[in-house]
Amino acid sequence: MSAFFEAVGNVAFAAQILRVATPILLAALGATIASQAGCLNMGLEGIMLFAALTGVYVSSMTQNASWGAWAGLLAALAVGALLGALLAYLVLHLKTDATLAGVAINVIGSNATVFLMYVWTGSPGTSASQKSYVLPTVSIPVIRDIPVVGTVFSGQNVVTYMAFALVAALAFFLYRTPLGLRIRGVGLNPGAADSVGINVVGVKYLAYVLSGVLAAMGGAFMSMGYVSWFARDMTAGRGFIALAAQAMGRSTPVGSMLSSIFFGFTMALSNSMQSLSIPFELIEAMPYACTILALSAYAYQQTRKKKQSSGG
Amino acid sequence: MEEILRVEHLTKVYENGILANDNVSISVNRGEIHAICGENGAGKSTLMKVLFGLEQPEQGDIFVKGEPVRIQSPSAAIKLGIGMVHQHFMLVDRLTVAENVVLGNEPRRGILIDREAACRVTEELGRKYNLEVDPTALVADISVGLKQRVEIIKALLRGAEILILDEPTAVLTSQETRELFEELRHLRDAGHTILFISHKLDEVKALCNRVTIMRGGRTLGTYELEGLSKSDISRMMVGRDVVLKIEKEPASPGAVELSVRGVEYWSELGKKMIDGVSFDVRRGEILCIAGVEGNGQRELVELITGLRSGGAGSAKLRGTELLGRPIRAARKLGMAHIPSDRMVYGVASSQSVKFNILAGKVEDARYTGKLLFRDRAIDRDMEALARAYTVKCTSADQTVGMLSGGNIQKVVVAREMSQEATLLVADQPTRGIDVGAAEFIRRRIVEMRDAGVAILLITADLNEALELSDSIVILHGGKVVAYFADTRALTEEEMGYYMLGVKSQTPEEVEGAVHAS
Ligand SMILES: Nc1ncnc2c1ncn2[C@@H]1O[C@H](COP(=O)(O)OP(=O)(O)O)[C@@H](O)[C@H]1O
Ligand SMILES: [Mg+2]
Repeated sequence: MSAFFEAVGNVAFAAQILRVATPILLAALGATIASQAGCLNMGLEGIMLFAALTGVYVSSMTQNASWGAWAGLLAALAVGALLGALLAYLVLHLKTDATLAGVAINVIGSNATVFLMYVWTGSPGTSASQKSYVLPTVSIPVIRDIPVVGTVFSGQNVVTYMAFALVAALAFFLYRTPLGLRIRGVGLNPGAADSVGINVVGVKYLAYVLSGVLAAMGGAFMSMGYVSWFARDMTAGRGFIALAAQAMGRSTPVGSMLSSIFFGFTMALSNSMQSLSIPFELIEAMPYACTILALSAYAYQQTRKKKQSSGG
Repeated sequence: MEEILRVEHLTKVYENGILANDNVSISVNRGEIHAICGENGAGKSTLMKVLFGLEQPEQGDIFVKGEPVRIQSPSAAIKLGIGMVHQHFMLVDRLTVAENVVLGNEPRRGILIDREAACRVTEELGRKYNLEVDPTALVADISVGLKQRVEIIKALLRGAEILILDEPTAVLTSQETRELFEELRHLRDAGHTILFISHKLDEVKALCNRVTIMRGGRTLGTYELEGLSKSDISRMMVGRDVVLKIEKEPASPGAVELSVRGVEYWSELGKKMIDGVSFDVRRGEILCIAGVEGNGQRELVELITGLRSGGAGSAKLRGTELLGRPIRAARKLGMAHIPSDRMVYGVASSQSVKFNILAGKVEDARYTGKLLFRDRAIDRDMEALARAYTVKCTSADQTVGMLSGGNIQKVVVAREMSQEATLLVADQPTRGIDVGAAEFIRRRIVEMRDAGVAILLITADLNEALELSDSIVILHGGKVVAYFADTRALTEEEMGYYMLGVKSQTPEEVEGAVHAS
């Protein structure tokens, strides 16, 4: 047990939580904006994978250590936007079931990325044979010199800071701007939005595209934040955990952030506990078990709400 | 008097072939409150939807301020100065009043919404037209009457000069209705034109300047309300061109089968929908519950048949309480039910005719063995039932959803009438189906009555009510306002007076619906 507290109690562990939470948070923000517009983006996982591979590939192609990673990030975001638009087209125009369309993107993402990586590198496992670049970490003056706080909050990857800044930005966008009000209006009562002349389908398109971009940023972080390669299925279900985080956070930016940090904690914990003599598989399964618990709690609450509103 | 809106020879046919507006013409003057009256299904809402751009007419011309116009969407209607207060409010519950008012037209300060300006315009319009409401309140938290105000403010903010209100008082308490009328008079005095749809003749008399009467999709004419009595309006609304005749012997009622006592029910919005309703249905009689839609019959029949829970009072089938018990218990006791919405409650439209008829008999040992269905018996008997009820299908394995409305209804009727029931609740049994199927179903209902089954009929069709039933209970405002033990002497005109609230019987007369057992 003392080993447990050693693993959890140290400062590096706190820093690790923020790092591990970053891709989940970005994808959860993507899920949040979709959900605010009344849309379901089940394809987060697939979008993250495509973005992760795109980022590594483009950054590798540039052969430029100073801006190669940034070019990779931009390309990844563009791919995310495209996939978001594709999902929107499937759901809004072709009237595909949103869950099925998302699952399709996930299955394609999981397989097509391996195929493309193989074509590119000749390896079906990782792209490590090709040189690529990582996005920089940021050392914050003054803060970095404060003990404990400095270790946790300074020296994180630039995308981690962007993710947390995006929480505030998204909250501001949704609750303070005209477009944000329209997105919420469309999500809460599309009929009402339509009756005042709002282009409901257009707003939903936008939400899907933004959702794709946010998930893509999370995917790019996976392959360009700390490592500089892509590996098959490297997102390992983070796109689904993000959906859980959004649901648990009641589709608000801040709520999604808090639940992402919770999931980051469980994942960091499972990383740290691998040195203990608990079966490895059990520890690996922990974040996913937490996800199931959280989703069950959420589903329970939702069905109760539905019953109440449809009763009588 | 300046004309602001004119409709000429307008025809609207829905995709399902229903001719909802048939050569409709109407002229509305600026600054009047113009009533549109007509029975359910007369085509009032359709005409309003056409004017607000929600439906496109097949033929006809619309003129706004003398200019010919085409109204292809609600935004086009808004641009022409036409606003609509929908019967089901188009509001976002979880946004504030001010946010709802400005949604789509947000005042801006830089990239932000100017929230103060949003509150200010809401308050200013409210003050100007006597429509005050707290702009910062959440719409979910305000009363129905206030929600309606918000809808009116929304329309006014978008520049509505012509305001359409489709049955606005249906959801209001009498206090709220009085307030609404004050507000509408105020708007009229400020130069707005109001199209007011209602069945309630008192309201029309109290509020409106002129009335246009619609019947069966046509406009009969427009009249000054001064000098027109409520019974004149009522007579024009219910007058009938074709009269339906059903051959049947006078009823010889037996013992009380269903006994309803003091039933009360409140809607989610807190409105009292059923107010102390009592009556009995005896074996061998067809009792009809008649009333204008929205006067409690929907809720009443759903309570009795178990589709709806809540409410107070009692409904006993041969002494056993039905209210609050599962539907299955009622069916076991001998209740059969032809629901009004056949596609939702009547059939599983993706399943075969056979299984839809079987659905009420799955516990019957003839069709279900210990473990499996007895396929041969099912095929034989369901096929026979489909034939006996003249369901037009290629075979009993055909999917119900492929059949016509009349044949789908026959599937429902085949299932419910082959149930060995002692009480049949027939809710709008012939609505929207062809004449042949309707006649067949009516005849079956009479046959069941003659076999001693108690029949509770709910119908919006006055002609059917008079011809098919033996006795009638009329509901108005959730109360029984009349009971006629024998329908043979009753006329549609007389019924119309009670349904529209022009007349009501004394409590003693109404007591007649309750029989000593
Ligand atoms: N969307 C629709 N599709 C098909 N038929 C409809 C539709 N709306 C109304 N109807 C039919 O058109 C007729 C007129 O309906 P409506 O205009 O709602 O009458 P009212 O408002 O006077 O009660 C009715 O027979 C109704 O069943
Ligand atoms: Mg109507």
